[in-house]
Amino acid sequence: MKRKIPLIITFAVGTLLILSEFIPHKPFGRLSGELENWFLIISGFAIILGQLSLFKVNIIKIKRKTPNWQYFIITLVSFMIMVLIGIFWGTEKNPGIFGNGQIIVDTIGYKPFDYLFHNVYQHLQATMFSLLAFFIASAAYRAFIARTVESNLLLFAAILVMLGNTSLGSSLTGWLPHSLSFLHLPRISEFIMKYPNTAGQRAIMIGAGLGIIGSSLRIILGIERSYLGGK
Amino acid sequence: MAGTRKDKQLDRRWIFLLIFMGVAIPLIFTIGFPIETTENVRLVNEMIDKTTKGSKVIMSFDYDPASKPELHPMGMAIMNHCFEKGLRVIVVALWPMGVQMAEEIFSDLTEKYPQVIYGEDYINLGYKAGGIVTIQAMGSNFREVFPKDMNGNEIDDFPILRGVEDFSNIGFIFSLSAGDPGIKQWVQVAHDKYGVPLSGGVTGVSAPAILPYVNEQKQLNGLLAGLKAAAEYEFLIETPGTATSGMDAQSIAHLIIIVFIAIGNITYWTTRKKVKREGEK
Repeated sequence: MKRKIPLIITFAVGTLLILSEFIPHKPFGRLSGELENWFLIISGFAIILGQLSLFKVNIIKIKRKTPNWQYFIITLVSFMIMVLIGIFWGTEKNPGIFGNGQIIVDTIGYKPFDYLFHNVYQHLQATMFSLLAFFIASAAYRAFIARTVESNLLLFAAILVMLGNTSLGSSLTGWLPHSLSFLHLPRISEFIMKYPNTAGQRAIMIGAGLGIIGSSLRIILGIERSYLGGK
Repeated sequence: MAGTRKDKQLDRRWIFLLIFMGVAIPLIFTIGFPIETTENVRLVNEMIDKTTKGSKVIMSFDYDPASKPELHPMGMAIMNHCFEKGLRVIVVALWPMGVQMAEEIFSDLTEKYPQVIYGEDYINLGYKAGGIVTIQAMGSNFREVFPKDMNGNEIDDFPILRGVEDFSNIGFIFSLSAGDPGIKQWVQVAHDKYGVPLSGGVTGVSAPAILPYVNEQKQLNGLLAGLKAAAEYEFLIETPGTATSGMDAQSIAHLIIIVFIAIGNITYWTTRKKVKREGEK
């Protein structure tokens, strides 16, 4: 029974939503609208669940002293600081339980939450993303080797797209006469992205779409049950 | 012994140093490579140009500070263009940090456009969880999904949202997207189901996956892909910003990567030849 009820709910809701796509009239249209609202409410709760899960996972790791457990303390402390100062003094235009913290605003120019967001969080995230540039350069040097015909093609296309996607590419071939403008690097880059890339991506998208339909049907019909937990 | 290829490889710290210098120096001393516009960027520009003055448009901020260097200049240029054309901008966010990203842009533009009034010409409705379902629900009942703005004020108090019940009187939607949920979901619901004109901006790495949506069915009216597209847009609206200044740095960084790829290949082939020759001996 414990497994049967969720399976029945999944089947009923899944079938209803598929039907409402084809018959958007009463009662299907209204019911699917109602279910959308349910989803939005559940999504809100999922955020809280995610935060609790973050807490639980990190505390377990600290308790077990897994490798680099000190970093998990930093995660939890940072999390708590942001949550608490948000609750105490609120964000930009929303007051917290202690009001707007005017003394702090007069001292540092921002509310504490916004100060940390603008001066710490934003820069940390940007730094993490920027590090990619260094690792991509190093990885390209090591891995982009013309060993086979396929890797030659990939290498050649990558260089053309890389150059075509910069202003340098425009400068390098900008002098070409109009009759040879098809050799202009941004044009070549545009061509590669528009035709070979789009063709490949579409094939992937169609494959993925069929896969999603298949797995959705398996879930609705109760064949795929892993989302219920257990075996 | 000729030594293996690994022995001959350059210490990666040299690569890091050169990339750092290749990015930092052009940011300090501008080179000023010329900017050339591409078709996808011109399509976005045309879409906004052709939208009637006073139309309500939705800008969805679906990114966070990690993608800020690429997507923020696009957001700035697009909002700038919208205000310039007298369009009324409704901001929503499918990513929690998108709300602050939009607010930063708006506060940067308030000096240039003092006539733009919050609630009349611009509104930030904040973040809503739910991804694709949120968009679907907005299409059927906008006011139920966003009953209040980001500051908790009832949306009925704002003239900009008068008559906005669904997507029917929205001029176009522009999604600044760094992943999921983002532009793909907007295409699948807002354009494909409700037929709203749509366009967007994405990071350079995600562009290949989104480009197929720029097609004859106009699922996307052009696409801004990466920093170069942002620079092109700044060029089109004649407002150079951070993307324009970043183009020199990106050009040099790409060039350095290409040089390293060439060095890597030369090292590979010379080592391979030597190993072969020694094997024959």
